[in-house]
Amino acid sequence: MDAPLETALQGRHIEAVVIGASAGGVHALLDLLPALSASFPCPLVCVLHVMKGRQNQLAEVFQQRMEMTVREAGDKDALLPGNLYFAPPGYHLLVEEDFSFSLSCDPPLHFARPAIDVTMESMADAYGDALLGILLTGANMDGAEGMAAIGSAGGLTVVQDPAEAQVAVMPKEAIRARQPGLVLPLAQIRALLLMLEKRR
Amino acid sequence: MTHKPGHSSTDIELRMLVEAIYLKYSYDFREYTAASQKRRVLHAMREMGCETISQLQSRVLHEPAAFAELLQFMTIPVTEMFRDPSYYAALREHVMPVLSTYPSLKIWVAGCSTGEEVYSLAILLKEEGLLERSIIYATDINPQSLEKAKKGVFPLENMRGYTENYQASGGRRAFSEYYTAAYNAARFDRSLCENVTFADHSLATDAVFAETQFISCRNVMIYFKKQLQERALGLFHDSLCHRGFLGLGSKESIDFSVYGPRFEPVVKRERLFRKL
Repeated sequence: MDAPLETALQGRHIEAVVIGASAGGVHALLDLLPALSASFPCPLVCVLHVMKGRQNQLAEVFQQRMEMTVREAGDKDALLPGNLYFAPPGYHLLVEEDFSFSLSCDPPLHFARPAIDVTMESMADAYGDALLGILLTGANMDGAEGMAAIGSAGGLTVVQDPAEAQVAVMPKEAIRARQPGLVLPLAQIRALLLMLEKRR
Repeated sequence: MTHKPGHSSTDIELRMLVEAIYLKYSYDFREYTAASQKRRVLHAMREMGCETISQLQSRVLHEPAAFAELLQFMTIPVTEMFRDPSYYAALREHVMPVLSTYPSLKIWVAGCSTGEEVYSLAILLKEEGLLERSIIYATDINPQSLEKAKKGVFPLENMRGYTENYQASGGRRAFSEYYTAAYNAARFDRSLCENVTFADHSLATDAVFAETQFISCRNVMIYFKKQLQERALGLFHDSLCHRGFLGLGSKESIDFSVYGPRFEPVVKRERLFRKL
């Protein structure tokens, strides 16, 4: 089963996962993440664009549906396996070389703060080829450069199939910027994450 | 984790640039978090027409004007008036009543950037009847930001958002009473900063300069590594009087620090603390 997924993971050690999503993202993440267990072998970092003022319940909403520990990423927190982190509203979220988070109030990028590119580029630096980057539905260009950076660093990149995405702009931009490792529907992306879980 | 042997050339160049800046200009960015610093420097490199950070370093060492330009990228001023209105509401409710018991007040806005928070605080103090007996020290490492702060002139297009923030913070008047609009700019009332001293001060290299009753330092320490955060908190601790107040940014914590136990939370959610 899922031979292409097996092939994509062959010989890889994934040490962290980053997921970016915008319009339609909450729905897609609710489809993707609750299947994961508390023993998920990596830290999972989510950057989601949500309207200002509405973001604060994200961690709660997901915690109610998941075994993994869900939290808002805090400044200088260490990234730990089995944890799902959301970027805090109003801040960019970066990962340092020592695998801890740092926050920044630098100006929005693509009108977004947190911006997906910022998190992905810093994680590509920190994790190199051990990073899995996933980009889902959305209506802007954020994430395209971040996914390209992950690809350049040797990481595995997965873009949601634009045909299936609620809003196809963001996946399409990422595919145009640099052909990702895999273009998959959500069900297959979920299968890939579950495969990571079983390998350990 | 063995997947990333050695350092990339960019990381090496970045470290050398920061070292060069310190040796030549005494600006100490060595304990700033690397990831956001890298973003800023790479952005500066492109904007200043350099191919590599080494090239940028060469220019910075030989042209003081290039350093001044780079400094604007490395200390990007990002701030707004009454940012996080609930913070200012908490100041109104929990801090101002205590501050009003002092015959005179010294307040330190550390890392004041272009001054938006200084004017917000001055407005708050004025409405509480405290501005006239307060001295506000507004400090930053970026001379251009301090110049802007002194002028108190901000883009008119920002006033709508600032007015909403001000109202949400419990503002008592019409926000427009505090500024006059002209040429797409809002010039804030000079009386607001009569008792404000704008000064160059580095949390990385300088010392305590006054005893204060309240320090506001918001979203500055997120750019510091733990060691420098510790230094800054030490300065704040030493500057504050017994039972003085410290206000931080909404995602900043003192839990990790040796100074953590020397403060008690006043409004935990708003990162308002009081020295024990």
